[in-house]
Amino acid sequence: MMRSFPKMILVGVAILILWQILVMLLALPVYILPGPIAVGLALWNNLALIADHALVTLIEILAGLVFGVSLGVAVAIIMAWSSSMRALFQPLLIFSQAIPIFALAPILTLWFGYGFGSKIVMTLLIIFFPVASAFFDGLMRTRSDWLELAQIMRAPPFRVMFFLRVPAAMPSLASGLNIAAVYAPIGAVIGEWVGASRGLGYLMLLANGRAKIDLMFAALIVLVVMTMLLRAAVHVISNKVLSRYIQT
Amino acid sequence: MKAPTITLEGSASYGAVPVFGPLKFEAPAGAWTCLLGSSGVGKSTLLRLLAGLDAGAIFDGTISSNDGAPLRARAALMLQSDMLLPWLSILRNVTLGARLRGEKADQVRATQLLNDVGLAGFAQRMPNTLSGGQRQRVALARTLMEDRPVMLLDEPFSALDAKNRAAMQELSARLFSGRTVVLVTHDPYEAARLGTSVVVMTKAGLQVLKSPATPVIRAYDSPDVMEFATKLLTLLHNESDAA
Repeated sequence: MMRSFPKMILVGVAILILWQILVMLLALPVYILPGPIAVGLALWNNLALIADHALVTLIEILAGLVFGVSLGVAVAIIMAWSSSMRALFQPLLIFSQAIPIFALAPILTLWFGYGFGSKIVMTLLIIFFPVASAFFDGLMRTRSDWLELAQIMRAPPFRVMFFLRVPAAMPSLASGLNIAAVYAPIGAVIGEWVGASRGLGYLMLLANGRAKIDLMFAALIVLVVMTMLLRAAVHVISNKVLSRYIQT
Repeated sequence: MKAPTITLEGSASYGAVPVFGPLKFEAPAGAWTCLLGSSGVGKSTLLRLLAGLDAGAIFDGTISSNDGAPLRARAALMLQSDMLLPWLSILRNVTLGARLRGEKADQVRATQLLNDVGLAGFAQRMPNTLSGGQRQRVALARTLMEDRPVMLLDEPFSALDAKNRAAMQELSARLFSGRTVVLVTHDPYEAARLGTSVVVMTKAGLQVLKSPATPVIRAYDSPDVMEFATKLLTLLHNESDAA
């Protein structure tokens, strides 16, 4: 991760240069595709505005992550607990995935309002499934000799779950979290597009409507950077926590 | 803790395919019984049945102990895999049983057992910092921590190098003394060193051999161990030729 950082910067700079050259060569008007310099200026001139909206989106993403991960973890444990729970929850889980979440956005806005609520629910709905399914998968694949050891030790099922199966499934949970970190911003922004008065998604729509395409791109870039930082943070934290859970 | 004599009588099968035919296996109280045989003859199945684990086979018969008490809660198990949990320290791995039952772990005893297996000062280390031999010693300490009168061992030393294997055999012989031990092994030499009773399992059934009269654990270079191991090897060799 750290070693690839200079390379990433290099690639980023190369893309910016190409982008600027393209814009200059094709003489594209600013309201179609502004160059990186124009976008940079827009970012600089609207820093307070963008930061204000970015903060809103960030809060939505983080809250959605917390609730979505909690729900996903809980459902995974419930499903791993017994086969009758699996029979009950698995069709629900599949059904929930059959609904295109984006199509729910207007309904969520209707139910949960224009504020944080609808965006958090949207984010939660998007990340809940990858977390639940990855973690559930891990919980069902505890090494059989470990389970037998617990059986010989006469461990009650409750303790087997929380002292053996859950820690053993941590690597699976981490892969779910890594996916969730990338999906979470999508949820928040879709929610903002459908109906909001704050947030980066809202700012992008607003800028678009006023033909301030440079501002729109500036907001987009901030969103991308936020997503990448979030993903990197989850990656670093899960690696740190997980190094001791990895099987040897 | 009184070690019982345990007896298994019956047959096992996977559906229509027999694993082992009607047989009677007996492990005398407080002694080492070594169970030898070629792969796939059903040794591990027999041991798993004694442990009360799912053996994948249907067992038709009885498992009993001479004191009439059930075996289930009195047996501890050691396998070739050390089964250490990578996220727990060595000390916590040794006290895993208490942790899994929600009991308070006896730290003093656990530390003492780590001393006994030669791992004093390893309590706070993580499993991945230990060698295979050391890990199996931790497994031994964890097994002893459970303090069960019956020890069921399925090739616990077979993944170790010769030196570590000999050391583990001596250590377990000392620490398991007074308990009823059933050891499943591929190694005639191991059986010759450790077996008070040595049972060879073949497709035809069980054959109880007269083991050397000297007490266990026998020195690995003693003539009676050499002689008995050779005898076992010949027996296993002839059996696999016949099969």
